[in-house]
Amino acid sequence: MYQSDTIAAIATSMNSSGIGIIRVSGENSISIVDTIFRGKNKLKDCDSHTIQYGHIYSGDEIVDEVLVLIMKAPRSYTTEDVVEIDCHGGVLVLKKVLSLLVKAGARIAEPGEFTKRAFLNGRIDLSEAESIMDLISSNSELAMKNSIKQLSGSLNKIIVSLRDKILYETAFIESALDDPEHYDLTGYPEQLKEKVEGIIDTVDGLIDSFNSGHILKEGINTLILGKPNAGKSSLLNTLSRRERAIVTDIPGTTRDTLEEQITINGVSLNIIDTAGIRETDDVVEKIGVDKAINSIDDADLILFVLDSSRPLDENDEFIINKILDKKVIILLNKSDLSTIISEEEIYNKYNKCVISFSSVSLDGLKTLESTITDMFFSGEVRSDDTLYITNSRQAACLSNAKSSLENVLSSIDNMMPEDFFSIDLMDAYSYLGEITGETIDDDLANKIFSEFCMGK
Amino acid sequence: MSVVEESYDVVVVGAGHAGCEAALASARMGLNTICFTVSMDSVALMPCNPNIGGSSKGHLVRELDALGGQMGINIDHTFIQSKMLNSSKGPAVHSLRAQADKSAYSLRMRKTMQDTDNLTLRQAEVTELIMDGKKVAGVKTLSGAIYHARAVVICTGTYLRARCLYGDVIEHTGPNGLKAANHLTQSLLDNNVEMNRFKTGTPARVDSRSIDYSKMEIQLGDNPVVPFSFSTNREAVQIEQVPCYLTYTNEKTHEIIRANLDRSPMYSGVIEGTGPRYCPSIEDKVVRFADKNRHQLFVEPEGLNTNEMYIGGMSSSMPEDVQYAMYHTVPGLENCKIVRNAYAIEYDCIKATQLKASLEFKDIDGLFAAGQFNGSSGYEEAAAQGLVAGINAALKLLGKDPMILDRSNSYIGVLIDDLVTKETKEPYRMMTSRAEYRLLLRQDNADLRLSKIGYEVGLLPKNRYDHVVEKERQIEEEVARVKEINIGARKEVQSLLESYGSIPLSNGIKLVDLIRRPELDYDKLAPIDPDRPELSDEVREEVNIYIKYEGYLTRQAKQVAQFKKLESKMIPSDIDYDDVSSLRIEARQKLTKLRPANIGQASRISGVSPADISVLLVYLETYKSKEK
Repeated sequence: MYQSDTIAAIATSMNSSGIGIIRVSGENSISIVDTIFRGKNKLKDCDSHTIQYGHIYSGDEIVDEVLVLIMKAPRSYTTEDVVEIDCHGGVLVLKKVLSLLVKAGARIAEPGEFTKRAFLNGRIDLSEAESIMDLISSNSELAMKNSIKQLSGSLNKIIVSLRDKILYETAFIESALDDPEHYDLTGYPEQLKEKVEGIIDTVDGLIDSFNSGHILKEGINTLILGKPNAGKSSLLNTLSRRERAIVTDIPGTTRDTLEEQITINGVSLNIIDTAGIRETDDVVEKIGVDKAINSIDDADLILFVLDSSRPLDENDEFIINKILDKKVIILLNKSDLSTIISEEEIYNKYNKCVISFSSVSLDGLKTLESTITDMFFSGEVRSDDTLYITNSRQAACLSNAKSSLENVLSSIDNMMPEDFFSIDLMDAYSYLGEITGETIDDDLANKIFSEFCMGK
Repeated sequence: MSVVEESYDVVVVGAGHAGCEAALASARMGLNTICFTVSMDSVALMPCNPNIGGSSKGHLVRELDALGGQMGINIDHTFIQSKMLNSSKGPAVHSLRAQADKSAYSLRMRKTMQDTDNLTLRQAEVTELIMDGKKVAGVKTLSGAIYHARAVVICTGTYLRARCLYGDVIEHTGPNGLKAANHLTQSLLDNNVEMNRFKTGTPARVDSRSIDYSKMEIQLGDNPVVPFSFSTNREAVQIEQVPCYLTYTNEKTHEIIRANLDRSPMYSGVIEGTGPRYCPSIEDKVVRFADKNRHQLFVEPEGLNTNEMYIGGMSSSMPEDVQYAMYHTVPGLENCKIVRNAYAIEYDCIKATQLKASLEFKDIDGLFAAGQFNGSSGYEEAAAQGLVAGINAALKLLGKDPMILDRSNSYIGVLIDDLVTKETKEPYRMMTSRAEYRLLLRQDNADLRLSKIGYEVGLLPKNRYDHVVEKERQIEEEVARVKEINIGARKEVQSLLESYGSIPLSNGIKLVDLIRRPELDYDKLAPIDPDRPELSDEVREEVNIYIKYEGYLTRQAKQVAQFKKLESKMIPSDIDYDDVSSLRIEARQKLTKLRPANIGQASRISGVSPADISVLLVYLETYKSKEK
């Protein structure tokens, strides 16, 4: 984290045009980008402060058409070799390019890390130091909290069990090395090979879930529901307009749903606006309505918008009956008009969280935001409980763990002595630990002592 | 009343494995040194297992020898059996272990001490530190005698307020019934030193004539023997060796233990000290590993001039009658006579986080500490620390920078860094898994790693250092030569390969690629490498390891380079962590308490996160600029 390896990050906040810059900084930044970039010349042969045209490749497949800016040390922001890649293919492509860079040896930058490097290399004025320290500590705290909280229960369980398996095997090898007269390793490499292959299979499955397009699942899937004209779209607009750090917004694939990714107090929401739900004979509108109803199942949180200036009708009842078993916040919209439905009335009827709200006067917006964050941090709402690796940092850790485990296999195949296995096993153990935010400390010694009987 | 009053440069308190190394190093570096022992008959005493070395401990002895310590030479002259452990595993975990003739070992060390210039050995109990403000100025003994000194090294081992226990018997003595040191603890407390209380134990010694060896498996030493010291002639250690024996406990043994657990002071709560998990008593093993129906026992001679046999694996604090009953269930020990009981021993030691990596106290100038007093266990761990403390006491008085060994150059560095950085809650034992760069820290290359340091501090003699420089040159030259050689698919090559079950060549190949094949090595390929120069065993071993494992070694070397960057970022000793506003509270408390010397050390403190380290780095830059 504080080392001088090569870091990469998406440097621009993304908007619908999908143009974005990926910045890479560090000793190996030029050679790393060279492994995925094909242009007229190799970047290492290009002059500093020039722009190269070419393509980013994943294997033999073109990922994007790009412009690449090279700034060689020390004439760059961080004073290290810096490469900036201008991508054009939109959010998915940016994330894809980033993950290719990670595979090629870069590491995802920590919050504020480019600036920190610039500072440590004497590039920034001292007066900015304090604010950078605050940035590092607050961002990393929140990021850590976030990534742990966001880790779905089942994913967490899998990582913990993989780590436990790895630690057990390492402790066994180490016990045999420390106390060779008590523990014998004859025939053990074959057993270890099988176990490691099993672990790699699981890790592969997790990596696939990242690669196969579930990237957009990042954050809490939040569905806005309501009958037509209840004020759903203005709610979406209000939430996203307030939010300075819009991460993405992607027009829906059908004409009637709209997805938008926003961040509230550090919590990512994947907001899906739906068509107004009502009984209809219009074929096209019915497709939209059915889609809205179908997406209820996948939602982690539902914002149900009621028009408080009109009485409840059968459409409202129809919707509420579909979402009784979900996490729901009921918004009594249009609180700026004369209301005929009260919070108590709705609360008593449905026993769900109710907030009065106006997208005109912005009443209730703060309450809504803090309610959502509270629900998230208290664990009431969690993002999708299926096995998706949703963040590129986690995916990078997984592929690092995988290559360490593959090193173990090749050590076994090359008939290396057993003590070589534990070095790569412990590397894999520590990479997996980065996903769950755990460090190594004295895990191994403790495991050796607790599982294996040692000594004189 | 008039008292004896003398002046020295360095006082060493204790003449165990730590004290001997500390005193010898200090005296050999030219400082006038006095070393105190509670008994002249217990210098370099081995009160527990009768061997030196073992997994990772063997590494410590080798490193100590490369720096100019005595333990390796002493055991080479007094061993009665020797083995290279893990010889079928990788070179990084090969480790020497030698059975010692305990009394010969002790006598030879005492003679070495007595023959060393500038060194006085004195029987007396040190009871008090003499202070000059925050600086140590000497010690006082039980008789009231005063010894002025500019540096003091404490190596009291297991003697401070020691008590030995078995069953309900409590004896207020040190090991082997030797006198305990009951006063010094108070003096340390008076100087605000924080203490711990640890415990360890030892098995019974049994009369050899009462053992039926026909029921045990014989365990022989290696042939040829590899010496510990790089200075020992290999011919000189090819001696006639004495066997050890292997036997096992059984369900009957375990039943007796379980039935009498309430009579063990460990389980009745009489013992207050924290014992090590890695060296459990037999009652601990039976309770904690209840599913194991037998445990190994090693029966090892205590020396050539005694018939006592050490029953390794059966340390205990059970009452005498239970000891007899349980030992008698073991095959071969049915009629054994116990010569000395097994017992547990409790003693005072310090929280070693009060020390710098030089082993000097952070808050008491000139006071150094080493060995079990620092919360470690084992003769080798003690000796290694003693050597470092002795060297650094001497360097301090010579006005030179301390010798700091780190995790990237030695097991000794790992040992000391763990002791002074982590808050150890049980006696600390060295293990190879604690050394993250262990592929580089091998026992075979300890001389290449450390001789330069030993020579530069003024301890290792020049001729030994010159020898290492020459060895290094030969290794480099030979590696360079071998890398250039291509081997064609000649007939003699193919038949050599076939004789080792190695796949014949279809094309030419580099010699290094053949050496890297698991079934081949540097020596085996000699017949097809006609220009090979004549080289010593040691050089050929290094060349082979270097070529065979080059990929792994390079990887670790890169990690070491990263590690060094952090170790070289020093933290000013007057830093006020309360000024660093963005640090988390837990990190701030830990850093304030432990006062790490550099960023690397800070990052290893539990409770300090990577984000805290980033914050600290930025703060240090600010601090540096302000200084300007």
